[in-house]
Amino acid sequence: MHLKYESTLREPLVDGVKNYHQVTEDIISPIEGKPGKLWYIGFFISLLLLGFGAFSVTWEVYYGTGVWNLNKTIGWGWDITNFVWWVGIGHAGTLISAILLLFRQGWRTGVNRAAEAMTIFAVMCAGQFPIFHMGRVWMAFFVLPYPNTRGPLWVNFNSPLLWDVFAISTYFTVSLLFWYSGLIPDFATVRDRAKTKLRKLLYGVASFGWTGSAKHWQRHEALSLVLAGLSTPLVLSVHTIVSFDFATSVIPGWHTTIFPPYFVAGAIFSGFAMVQTLLIIVRKVLHLEEYITLGHMEAMNKVIVLTGSVVGCAYLTELFMAWYAAVPYEFDTFYKYRAAGPLGWSYWIMMTCNVITPQVFWFRKMRRNVLVTFVMSIIVNIGMWFERFVIICTSLYRDYLPSSWGYYRPSWPEVGFYMGTFGLFFTCFFLFAKYFPVIAVAEIKFVLKTSGQNYKKDMEKFEQQSAEVFEAGLHHDDDHHHDPHVAPVHHS
Amino acid sequence: MAVKNFVVASFDDEAVLFPAVKKVRTAGYKIHDVYTPFPVHGLDQAMGLRETSLHTAGFVYGITGTTTALSCMSWIFTSDWPMNIGGKPHFPLPAFIPITFELTVLFAAVGMVLTFCYLCQLAPGVKKHIFHARQTDDLFVMAIEVTAKTNAAELKKFLTSIGGLEVNEQRVEAGWWYGRFDREDRLFDNKQPEPVNA
Repeated sequence: MHLKYESTLREPLVDGVKNYHQVTEDIISPIEGKPGKLWYIGFFISLLLLGFGAFSVTWEVYYGTGVWNLNKTIGWGWDITNFVWWVGIGHAGTLISAILLLFRQGWRTGVNRAAEAMTIFAVMCAGQFPIFHMGRVWMAFFVLPYPNTRGPLWVNFNSPLLWDVFAISTYFTVSLLFWYSGLIPDFATVRDRAKTKLRKLLYGVASFGWTGSAKHWQRHEALSLVLAGLSTPLVLSVHTIVSFDFATSVIPGWHTTIFPPYFVAGAIFSGFAMVQTLLIIVRKVLHLEEYITLGHMEAMNKVIVLTGSVVGCAYLTELFMAWYAAVPYEFDTFYKYRAAGPLGWSYWIMMTCNVITPQVFWFRKMRRNVLVTFVMSIIVNIGMWFERFVIICTSLYRDYLPSSWGYYRPSWPEVGFYMGTFGLFFTCFFLFAKYFPVIAVAEIKFVLKTSGQNYKKDMEKFEQQSAEVFEAGLHHDDDHHHDPHVAPVHHS
Repeated sequence: MAVKNFVVASFDDEAVLFPAVKKVRTAGYKIHDVYTPFPVHGLDQAMGLRETSLHTAGFVYGITGTTTALSCMSWIFTSDWPMNIGGKPHFPLPAFIPITFELTVLFAAVGMVLTFCYLCQLAPGVKKHIFHARQTDDLFVMAIEVTAKTNAAELKKFLTSIGGLEVNEQRVEAGWWYGRFDREDRLFDNKQPEPVNA
């Protein structure tokens, strides 16, 4: 019909025998049932972590940032490490939803909703760290440029830290809008099949009164495309600006021009690892293996091995430049205090987790192995956390002045704060998995007849045709639409 | 808007829907709307809808963001309160680029989403008539307005002949109103429906 022709050689994106209704049924019915025991256990643990995090943060706000083990030499520690780590995790969601949409990667449809949710929750977690690092958080609004009675004393628009304020808040807003505009039609699907009054009411409000009108879909498509086009440079800009926090300073180990691409690659690397961690659990618990297939996991593992290798190249480049630049301070930072020295262990954890272990994904068998993928996704996230720790702490703890050299280990409120953000992240994610369609239902339906397993056989007759016959069939069937890129497919 | 009569037909396959849309239009009926569970590419052209201008709106919002950021920052740093930051110039254009870019994106995205919601009348609390509960699940639902000139019985027969399922007539509010989806809103109980084709 209006469908694009897709080769039978391409792996199906939806396994099993499906029709439109079955897709709705498979994805929406977990929302309508009671959550399982595992959900309650996971949710409870998340709430506990969140509670402990809230306690740690309250402690810090009450007594001041002095309760953290930061000192004059190491002014940034776990807090900024965690900030960069969480922001980086968010990047995969936008990459999947925006960049892969522009690249017309069909496999994104199975995973984009959950990945975008992950982005939003990760950015929420990230934002906590700079805010509470301010110490007097009730003054946090001072970072906003508004006419005030203190002069007006404006913010410094030259400062990368202020760029960060704009970048992170824009990123959060745009991701949220993108995510929610995609959710509106799916909420309408939940609403229209709801049996209980409460569900009808709540999903009715959440669906904004969506009907599925052809004109509305046309605008919706235009909106998604432009938001994808906006998010693509946005996501690159966000981690670029995060890297400017370091790169525009004159600290040896930070002052490098390689930082923006290196940070962006690392962000995508860690983000995809987190997507894998979450989706492997989600597909198992919600029985969505036919929508989040091994093919999806393989595609993401390919991105992981690519970005992991980019990051590995960046590490080697840094080492080379530290030697080649012949600046003694930079040389010492890299060779004496980063790869060796009291914090040298963190550097080698980073190297092992980010550069060496992901190389298993050069093998197809490993890319399609759920257990290997799951374990690797956790290893990568540990590695990427250490990358940020290495960049921040090993550059700081050996100062220009040996008398200020120090060591750094976190205090319990710092650890508690980090655990608390895990609590926040997973509390949000558990609620999302229970009450939201975790897979974009409308988008799956859109690709179903080209990429569903049971529709693949319809393409076989086109595979047998010569180009001329195919072309002729195209024109013959072209009386009701004018899109030249489509092939006629009839279903009996 | 107004309470109107509609003849409603459902289709369960795009392969039936597309020829049906064409036949209905050729027969001279005006399609009120077609409701689909997912974006059906080419349906807008088939129905003769014009291309949306939402992109243009997005561009205008983006330019507004660029201008806002650049003009505010340069006014603040050059005339309102020229701060000496390490002896750097008061108008450092390269340093303004990140924030200018972010505001461009922010204005374009927020503006477009609001415009989209305004054009499609989408907001929390907005309710519209759903012609068929499965139009957001697996059916393509076509609604044709019954005017004084329409022979509804004939139209129904015609829609059945071109593959329409569950063809029926509904008298409903055509626009939107504030309402709740858990309640049947009796918007026109006090108004007796006028007989069709009187």
